[in-house]
Amino acid sequence: MWTLLQIELFKIFKKPRTYLAFAIIAAFIFLIQIGLLANGKDWMKFILGGLDETMDMEYGKLMNGYAVCFFVLNLLLVHVPILVALVAGDLVSGEASMGTLRLLAAKPVSRSQIILAKFLASAVYVFALLLWIAVISLVISIAVFGVNDLVVAKQTGVQLIEADDVLWRYFYAFGFAFIAMMVVAAIALLLSVLSENSIGPIVATVGIIIVCTLVSEMEIPIYQKYIKPYLFTTYMLGWKGFFYINSNQDGETIKGSIQYLPAILKSVAALLAYIIALVSASIFIFRKKDILS
Amino acid sequence: MAVIIKVDNLSKKFNEVNAVNNLSFTVNKGDVYGFLGQNGAGKSTTIRILLTLIKPTSGSINIFEKNLATHRKEILQQIGAVIEKPDLYKYLTAYQNLSIFAKISGVKATKDLLMKQLDVVGLAERAHSKVKTFSQGMKQRLGIAVALVHNPNLIILDEPTNGLDPQGIADIRKLITQLSKDQGKTILVSSHLLSEIELIANRIIIIDKGTKVVEGNAAELLDPAKTIVQVETVDISGAKQKLLQTTWATNILQSTNNLRFQMNKADIPLLTKQLVDLGIDVLSIQPRHSLEDYFLSLTTQHNHVDTVAN
Repeated sequence: MWTLLQIELFKIFKKPRTYLAFAIIAAFIFLIQIGLLANGKDWMKFILGGLDETMDMEYGKLMNGYAVCFFVLNLLLVHVPILVALVAGDLVSGEASMGTLRLLAAKPVSRSQIILAKFLASAVYVFALLLWIAVISLVISIAVFGVNDLVVAKQTGVQLIEADDVLWRYFYAFGFAFIAMMVVAAIALLLSVLSENSIGPIVATVGIIIVCTLVSEMEIPIYQKYIKPYLFTTYMLGWKGFFYINSNQDGETIKGSIQYLPAILKSVAALLAYIIALVSASIFIFRKKDILS
Repeated sequence: MAVIIKVDNLSKKFNEVNAVNNLSFTVNKGDVYGFLGQNGAGKSTTIRILLTLIKPTSGSINIFEKNLATHRKEILQQIGAVIEKPDLYKYLTAYQNLSIFAKISGVKATKDLLMKQLDVVGLAERAHSKVKTFSQGMKQRLGIAVALVHNPNLIILDEPTNGLDPQGIADIRKLITQLSKDQGKTILVSSHLLSEIELIANRIIIIDKGTKVVEGNAAELLDPAKTIVQVETVDISGAKQKLLQTTWATNILQSTNNLRFQMNKADIPLLTKQLVDLGIDVLSIQPRHSLEDYFLSLTTQHNHVDTVAN
């Protein structure tokens, strides 16, 4: 299994396409950082406009590395699934269209192992992608903008999280994002098993995400009640929950707290269930599949 | 003699189409077994079933005296295969491709082993070139290196000379002969060209529409007494009419647009003399061994006489 995983990783990281995602992310984050470096203070003032009368804020301090990273994640994590699908959707179907799948499947390794190795390799890729995002959006932003309290806008107002209470939340948020992205990888893998060309699974994965996200966001009661609880997209943005913290009776935030922890745990459980179901289905189908490519 | 492959009543249906129909055959140790059939006859489907790429609808397969369904992994460890086109990872080098498949086959992929294997197929100098820069022949040779890298006892080659130039075909033929004679490997090689198989195989099976037409010793099946000879003349119809008046009438095969004989190869000079004596303007005389001709000889051997009416 370890050998298979090494081989799958070798193949993934030898493909130029793999590095496209890293380049796109870097370009995107650098653009945001440059923009915020130039006009960050004004932008923060715009975002928190009208609140300066009730809260004593120094916009320059609030435009810090943590805030930049939070802003980047809000914009970026919605689009990372496309980059995940780009690689995971190609894992089996790419080999089928290239003609190497028959060579691979005629070797003395089980088909279950082949799928598992491919899925684990996609996990390493997703991890590397998120680590890349973390390094550029968090580490570089901290280096450039410095560290200070993080202001988080909620529907009910804004919250200030003290600087020394922020970093661990990012670790958990990235951990949650990893699980969410692995659902996308699992969907792409399943579609990849069903297809003989690379483009189909990639486009279909993105299509599924778009449709499910739209349905999740629609405020239509019948959808909210009967469909939304079963859509993976309902749980994918749960990483934000790590930045919503409890307040005491005086309205002061409680350091180290997470306001909706049970909801986050429920989201994690739902996403893990999706991953297990999708990967199991991929293995089942691939084991039964006649390889005709 | 030990039996390496034993296939019994193998069938595979795709929807309602019988790709392989009740097929049985055996391959003995040391055989170069020619697996013949026209395109779509079921050769590739059978080979894919032997390599566990396709699940059979019914039938049983034993390889190395073990059931394929229950001993898949240990059987595949001893098989090397080239399956149709030699598709490999185009964005990797020859060396990297070989290394990958050596590791998957459970072999310690040392530099010496890989370079030696690339040398065997004449690719040592291009070891570090990407496969996307390779010609079809080079890809085919690399595919063979991949098939042989783990020193398998059984080698399965599906149309190994497809797309190769004459030199490439000769090289593959030489390699197969070497593997069989020098290393005692058992080789199953499929082709739709009888002329190619007859030079290397000691046993042959011919299948058509997924069913066995004939199986046996190559020397017996390719009896020179049953050679197909095609004669090209200026006036085929006139030539046929003249020949039907001679003793050659029983050798003429039914056909409307050409003149073909089933005959002993040694009698070609006699036929040539007869044609000249009859005043037939001959353009060419060709002994043929195409599979189509051989099929024809199998199916028409009791009905040779052309009516010539048309």
